[in-house]
Amino acid sequence: MKENINSWKDLPIGGIVDEPGTAMAYKTGDWRTLRPIHNSEKCINCLACWIYCPDSAIILKDGKVESIDLEHCKGCGICAHECPPKVKAIEMVDEADFR
Amino acid sequence: MGKTRVARTGNEAMAEAIRQINPDVVAAYPITPATEVMQIFATYVADGLVDTELVPTESEHSAMSAAIGAQVAGARTMTATSSQGLALMYEMLYIAAGLRLPLIMAEVNRALSAPINIHCDHGDTMGGRDAGWIQIFSENSQEAYDNLIQAVRIAEHSDVLLPIMVTTDGFIISHAMEDIDIYSDGEVRDFIGTYKPLQPALDYKKPITVGSIDFVDYYFEHRRALAQAMSNAKNAILEVGREFGSKFGQEYGFYEAYKLDDAEVAMVCLGSTAGTGKDAVDNLRKRGIKAGLLKVRVFRPFPAEELAARLKDVPQICVLDRSDALAATGGPLYAELLAAMFEDRADHTVINRIYGLGGRDIKVGEIEELLSSQVSAAAGGKSIDRIGYLGVRE
Repeated sequence: MKENINSWKDLPIGGIVDEPGTAMAYKTGDWRTLRPIHNSEKCINCLACWIYCPDSAIILKDGKVESIDLEHCKGCGICAHECPPKVKAIEMVDEADFR
Repeated sequence: MGKTRVARTGNEAMAEAIRQINPDVVAAYPITPATEVMQIFATYVADGLVDTELVPTESEHSAMSAAIGAQVAGARTMTATSSQGLALMYEMLYIAAGLRLPLIMAEVNRALSAPINIHCDHGDTMGGRDAGWIQIFSENSQEAYDNLIQAVRIAEHSDVLLPIMVTTDGFIISHAMEDIDIYSDGEVRDFIGTYKPLQPALDYKKPITVGSIDFVDYYFEHRRALAQAMSNAKNAILEVGREFGSKFGQEYGFYEAYKLDDAEVAMVCLGSTAGTGKDAVDNLRKRGIKAGLLKVRVFRPFPAEELAARLKDVPQICVLDRSDALAATGGPLYAELLAAMFEDRADHTVINRIYGLGGRDIKVGEIEELLSSQVSAAAGGKSIDRIGYLGVRE
């Protein structure tokens, strides 16, 4: 997959995207103002966050939440909202705190 | 070579060219004075003389949208319109160009409302002059026919891939009958060749995405590539015009010069007024005034250097504009020709940089660098590019 094409001379004609699956290469993480912080000690791995995440940014390993893909997470907070109130394993933190 | 001499109006001549081109798809909506082009062509479709899928739409916006869809799919596609119809297409004109689709349009120049008027001026076509379409003006029915045939080759040229509009003047050409030479179907089809789309969307083995979003990161670069394609169209227009001449007899370039070599005064114009102007030139010469005429055939890409060079030795030049830019520096042909001729004759160095397209940031340092390099070039007696880009990734 072609990433970071620099010169205008190298762009595909007409802005065509000439291969499928390129949304992976388009990093949307920097749109985020709130960052989800996942606490694996509190998490009961019900996977509600994984089901509801509109950006497929909840990364699983062996059926358990492993991490959050911050290159694609836009910080919508749906995961934190869907996490059961008794669990609250995902906290939304101001992105500015990490800068 | 088989030529047949026939009497045709401009609309009939364009309909004849479209029949011979035999496009895969035609999408159109009727509007005076271009209605006849499609009305006549529709009879060719009904009579089975062409293989075209004719799509009658509910508006010109839809006609251009359907044409874009067909061309994206891989079909050689044409349309025809005029005035308000072209204005209704404006949004989609930019998309056809940005997607680099070699669509072909027969455009009959007509004034824009208000007040409502169905007769000729060039205001409609001028509104689309920066949309990324190649624009070719015709003096008469013969040129309308010849230009439309050449348009296929120019638009589909591998260095170009841009939409193209061939214009006639409403009623003056569209409805006036003249003797013209029609070439045989076989020769026209040999000349235009088979359309080979670059990346047809219906090729399921090579899936593509068309019309995706493009923010500050790449938009400027895509527009820069579009400008290059328009620039490349200059060579393609000359190449196709020469080949057309060797095959059919009449060669075409950027302009036609009439009695210009020794002219003390020259008029410059687009379209059918060139015919009127030639009579005026003849009359003036009988009266002892050395008049001449330069008919500009190609308005986009604007052949600035070539026109300036051709008019270099003419002391008095009169540009006739059939559209008003409303308190701008005269009409569009005047403004662009004046800019083209300014470089050789001015005491000032006025340069131009295109910047900030699609939201690309412009920085203090970039402006400092640009202005200081202009000053140091002047001090060192060095030339600096007159027109260029600032902030695009070369």
